Amino acid sequence: MTWEKLRKIIENVKRMFKNDVEEVFLEKKIAKIIVKKEKLLELARYLRDIHQFDHVKGVTGVDLSRLKEGGGPYIEVIYHVGSLDDPELNDSILNVSVKLDIDNPVVTSLYSIWPSVEYHEREVYEMLGVNFQGHPNLKRLLLPEYWMDLPPLRKDYKVPGRD
Amino acid sequence: MVLEEKKKIEVYDTGGPRLTFSYGPQHPGTGHFRMIVTVSGDTVVDLEPDPGFVHRGEEKMAEYKTWITNIPHLERPAILDAAGMVIPYCLTVEKLIDVEIPERAKYLRTIVAELDRIASHLYWFSLYGIFLGHSTMFLWCVNDREYILDLSQSITGQRFTHAYYVPGGVRNDAPKHVPKNLVKEFKLYYSRMLGREPREDELSEDFKKYILAVVDFMDLRLDHYYQMFFNSEIFIERTKNIGVLKREDAIRLGVPGTTLRASGVKYDTRVNDPYDAYPYLKFNIPVGTRGDCYDRAMVGFQEIRESLKIIQQAVEQIPDGPIKLKQHPIVIRVPKGEAIARAEAARGEILYYIVSDGTDKPYRLRMITPSFRLLPALKHLTIGSRIADIPPIYWSLNYWPVEADR
Amino acid sequence: MTLEQFNLIRRIPKKTSIFGYTLAYSKNILEAIVEEVVPEDEREEAIKEYGLGKPLKIIKGGETHYILQVIKNNSLIRYLVNWGRMASLWPAHLTTACCSVEFGAVSSSRYDPERFGWIPATGSLRQSDVLLVEGTVNAKMAQRVRMIYDQMPNPKWVIAMGACAISGGLYAKDSYNVIQGLNDIVPVDVYVPGCPPRPETLFQGFLLLRDKILKSRLE
Repeated sequence: MTWEKLRKIIENVKRMFKNDVEEVFLEKKIAKIIVKKEKLLELARYLRDIHQFDHVKGVTGVDLSRLKEGGGPYIEVIYHVGSLDDPELNDSILNVSVKLDIDNPVVTSLYSIWPSVEYHEREVYEMLGVNFQGHPNLKRLLLPEYWMDLPPLRKDYKVPGRD
Repeated sequence: MVLEEKKKIEVYDTGGPRLTFSYGPQHPGTGHFRMIVTVSGDTVVDLEPDPGFVHRGEEKMAEYKTWITNIPHLERPAILDAAGMVIPYCLTVEKLIDVEIPERAKYLRTIVAELDRIASHLYWFSLYGIFLGHSTMFLWCVNDREYILDLSQSITGQRFTHAYYVPGGVRNDAPKHVPKNLVKEFKLYYSRMLGREPREDELSEDFKKYILAVVDFMDLRLDHYYQMFFNSEIFIERTKNIGVLKREDAIRLGVPGTTLRASGVKYDTRVNDPYDAYPYLKFNIPVGTRGDCYDRAMVGFQEIRESLKIIQQAVEQIPDGPIKLKQHPIVIRVPKGEAIARAEAARGEILYYIVSDGTDKPYRLRMITPSFRLLPALKHLTIGSRIADIPPIYWSLNYWPVEADR
Repeated sequence: MTLEQFNLIRRIPKKTSIFGYTLAYSKNILEAIVEEVVPEDEREEAIKEYGLGKPLKIIKGGETHYILQVIKNNSLIRYLVNWGRMASLWPAHLTTACCSVEFGAVSSSRYDPERFGWIPATGSLRQSDVLLVEGTVNAKMAQRVRMIYDQMPNPKWVIAMGACAISGGLYAKDSYNVIQGLNDIVPVDVYVPGCPPRPETLFQGFLLLRDKILKSRLE
């Protein structure tokens, strides 16, 4: 039941945004929308107002530079969005993702639309080096204060114990 | 800040000088977590959480270990509730491989997960007793928890961090008989606490009867706890109408678990997005009305009762059959792709997102734990309250610092 | 203490205090007393020097021997002071990570450490003797562990609990943030292995610390 409703929502989104949106839909595994950087804010506002997606469960950052198929010099930032007000969408997660350049990853922050992304975006900032513009308090969260190395989750950073 | 919070501070702000201090990492009231608190008189004006004292780099470590040797270190974030941390990992890997596990394995997974949930809630209440100054609750709860851990030890082999789950089933089967001295010790404790001996058909060395006897005992003990602690002046005075979280704020800030249910939203991953043996079992979801600290504790209290019901039904309905798919080696290869799955740990909803490259190690593993999503609620609730209200509010959210830092 | 008092205790009459019992039965006291057999030529001199009753007369196998008992230097004072220190150790437990759950379980009534004087104090550092470091020590937390160790007054001891505090444990090679062992920061007295250690293992750690304190030198 839910996967059909998600499919309808993705069809609506594709109709509204035409060329700026790509979809990845594997039944029962993942439902993802890849959108271009400039249209992210508009898509988020559309999802919140019209389809009642009201909170974000988390934000993930993936460094795609060593992936063999579908990789490249990109960092992908994924927002896992859920809905509590709409009872039919209660058991589904919609993933909205953006692909950024690895040399200069900059994107607008979604704090003005969904306030629950505050701490997740801070963590992606310190672990991967992504700069969120418009975030009220972009500082270090989990790493120690004197960390001067590369951001740890990048594939260039090698853990010092094994070598 | 929202308009309401500004108004609260304007009422209580005495206008005097402000003091900033560190509610630090060695404190019997917080554990390994630090809050930087700004105070004006007795009112908290600003609070900034400072996690990161237990950050061990689990996500980066997972890229250096194979799919099965990943399981012991992924349990360590919430060590009390090891089942809750590892179930969604196994579910995601099973989605990537595209298999369905046998029926007996599903029931065994459910039983161990519920035992871990009860143990985790009892530890939460025992420390709640210490924070409010009622140390009898600490000793009673920790002692009763030992009998639940004995049960868990007889199934899995270790008290709490058992690494019992593998992608494809579980490791061991449940035993048929329980050792004699375990039954003897439990009989002694039963007769001392409840004042009567257990009947012959209630308790014997058979595993099924023993587990049903422990579950009954726990049910009766919960009434004692209610009389002693939850209905006493100390608890009610310090938690009623303190730290009220309204329904819209709870949804907007994205809090999971007991906190969400106490604010009036009926949402539980075991019912809304079921996995394992939960579609075959019947249980209720407790929901609160006011959203204050008292409601959060009572929702946790009712959840223990529901868990006992689930264990009773699962033990009676469990079928025979194999417990895992096949005898797999240490190194397995998972096909390419990405998947996302979630489950209900003791503190709330936990998500895993895994990207696989086709090799024997994951490419990217992301775990979103429930404690990390509670941080905005901590800041929102303590602003405008008194200093002595910080421990009850902080602990009623059921925040575990190791889980948030991973 | 004179030899007369010691003779009283050695015979153990029925009403003695607990202090008498502990002194009499403790191995240290018996070891602290050195017995010298007085050879036959010097018997009269010994009786003149020490008095008539002091060289004891013991009949063994048909022969009589005279024995002098001498206490070694200040081992009695050392024993008393060490006994006072070991019998009431107050811990300041530093919950660093997951092993703190086992510490909570040890303080329960099934394993009861209070009978050994291990009363869980309320976390005040200036009044505690033992620093019990449980769990992984982080780069951010290491600075605070050193500050806490410096704030405790002498005499103080450190117990390292869990595999992570001994050598980095499960996180030894692949983590970028974990310190490989507590020995680099504070001097450790007792290592308790396990991940997490069972309550019985932690108990054996306390008893080993008590033995270590009892045999240590006075400073």
